[in-house]
Amino acid sequence: MRDPINHTIRDIKPSGIRKFFDIVNEMEDAISLGVGEPDFDTPWRVRDEAIYSLEKGRTFYTSNAGLKELKEAISQYLYSKYDVLYDPNQEMMMTVGGSEAIDIALRVMLDPLDEVLIPQPSYVSYGPCTTLANGKPVYIDLKEENDFRLTPEEIEEKITNKTKILILPFPNNPTGAIMEKEDLIKVSEVVKKHDIFVLTDEIYSELTYKDKHCTIASLPGMKERTIYINGFSKAFAMTGWRLGYVCAPKEILSEMLKIHQFAIMCAPTTSQYAALEAIRECEPDVERMKEEYDGRRRYLLERFKEMGLSCFEPFGAFYVFPCIKEFGMTSDEFATKLLESQKVAVVPGNAFGDCGEGYVRISYAYSLEDLKKALDRIEIFIKDLKSNNETI
Amino acid sequence: MHALQEKILGYIEKNSRIDLHELSVILGENEAAVMNALEEMENEHIICGYHTLINWDKAGIEKVTAMIEVRVTPQRGMGFDKVARHIYNYPEVHSVYLISGGFDFMVIIEGKTLKEVAEFVSSKLSTLESVLSTKTNFILKTYKDHGTIMTEAKSDERMKISL
Repeated sequence: MRDPINHTIRDIKPSGIRKFFDIVNEMEDAISLGVGEPDFDTPWRVRDEAIYSLEKGRTFYTSNAGLKELKEAISQYLYSKYDVLYDPNQEMMMTVGGSEAIDIALRVMLDPLDEVLIPQPSYVSYGPCTTLANGKPVYIDLKEENDFRLTPEEIEEKITNKTKILILPFPNNPTGAIMEKEDLIKVSEVVKKHDIFVLTDEIYSELTYKDKHCTIASLPGMKERTIYINGFSKAFAMTGWRLGYVCAPKEILSEMLKIHQFAIMCAPTTSQYAALEAIRECEPDVERMKEEYDGRRRYLLERFKEMGLSCFEPFGAFYVFPCIKEFGMTSDEFATKLLESQKVAVVPGNAFGDCGEGYVRISYAYSLEDLKKALDRIEIFIKDLKSNNETI
Repeated sequence: MHALQEKILGYIEKNSRIDLHELSVILGENEAAVMNALEEMENEHIICGYHTLINWDKAGIEKVTAMIEVRVTPQRGMGFDKVARHIYNYPEVHSVYLISGGFDFMVIIEGKTLKEVAEFVSSKLSTLESVLSTKTNFILKTYKDHGTIMTEAKSDERMKISL
């Protein structure tokens, strides 16, 4: 029989930590600090609105780009929060999560072997989506000494005349790093100088714990070369609703709309009605969740300090990314031993790129009670490691 | 009210058992300042107590709670306060609220049995000179109390690991 599989997809490696995931999922009494989604329920009024929309029979397709009212509400929201104005009719589209937007943006913009700069550690989809769009991923290793922020020098070092897009994954999963306005200004200068585009994935933009979040799209001369991606999953605790959106110059967006129209049709209608309620009414809920995350973040960092686990202070998302290099094992070994001896699951840092080796991702999308239990166990684990190291 | 006090109250209203060190870490405030603010608020009776929210049904302990609507004639010169004091001084009385609308006070009484509550109402409450009428509503089931849903336990249905 002929090979049924396309060569590009065959060559994409499945995630190397699948095996570790399977072990975690089989161990029933394990405490996990491994999730990448909020622990809060979607605010009830949002769920209620979704139910109401179903009762009213709003179960048809929406227009390809999404509900007009919703796009208008998002446009206002982005303008008032992040100082960037998008035309809801020509520069915005609702997508199936931020993930779809990443995929179709890359497919629309890349010609074969165009290069995409991808800072790592970062979320796992940018590289494979680039490859599937026939582009070439070029990774930039972010460094702890820069608080895992991206510097203009790091971009310059990797840029070539084939470079077309820079991906900006901030606030960052898994490190929790953010980029502040002054960092972004420096990046924007390099981007403009080399005439490349930015795909900014700001799905965690509501969850920052320092000054107000700034988007690179709001900087002078950047809107026309930025693809802005956001969604409802993290801020509004709506991961399963699969609803994101993308804003881009109309020349790019209209092409993205083609793929979306043929491959997806439209984002889920029920989710769009729910999201309308979320964006109009749920600011206080977002604020409340953010405060809760912030308290947990401080608690976690304090506990790390007390147990002598080195960790830079992250100001975004709901992750911390402690360094485990001092224990002389790989991230995988550390995570596996922690799971075996204390039944606590964390994600090895190398799941997010090779330069995540030597770190683990710990999520604080858990109640303080659960975090405490897990941290007590991690403390025992680390104490044992340290005393073993001393005897050796 | 200082911002710090408000932050503290916002947190301990839901979790009064948290220890001082943890509280100050979570709020990102100096431990001594948090301690002083707590003490001050206790002295000023802003913090009136540290109670525990109990699901008595689940504990299997019989308890009867009644919400009693009370209509009264206010006392000359004292308004409702004097009548309220008379009522709230009984230890059987759990809470007393002055209410707008069709009646004057909402009085919440807890007792061991229906009979005990009924007896208190008929012998103590309705016999007060200023009380015009009472209407006793027994609570049959508590669904939510102090912002906490009592009838269903929450379980974490997320996948154990996701990127």
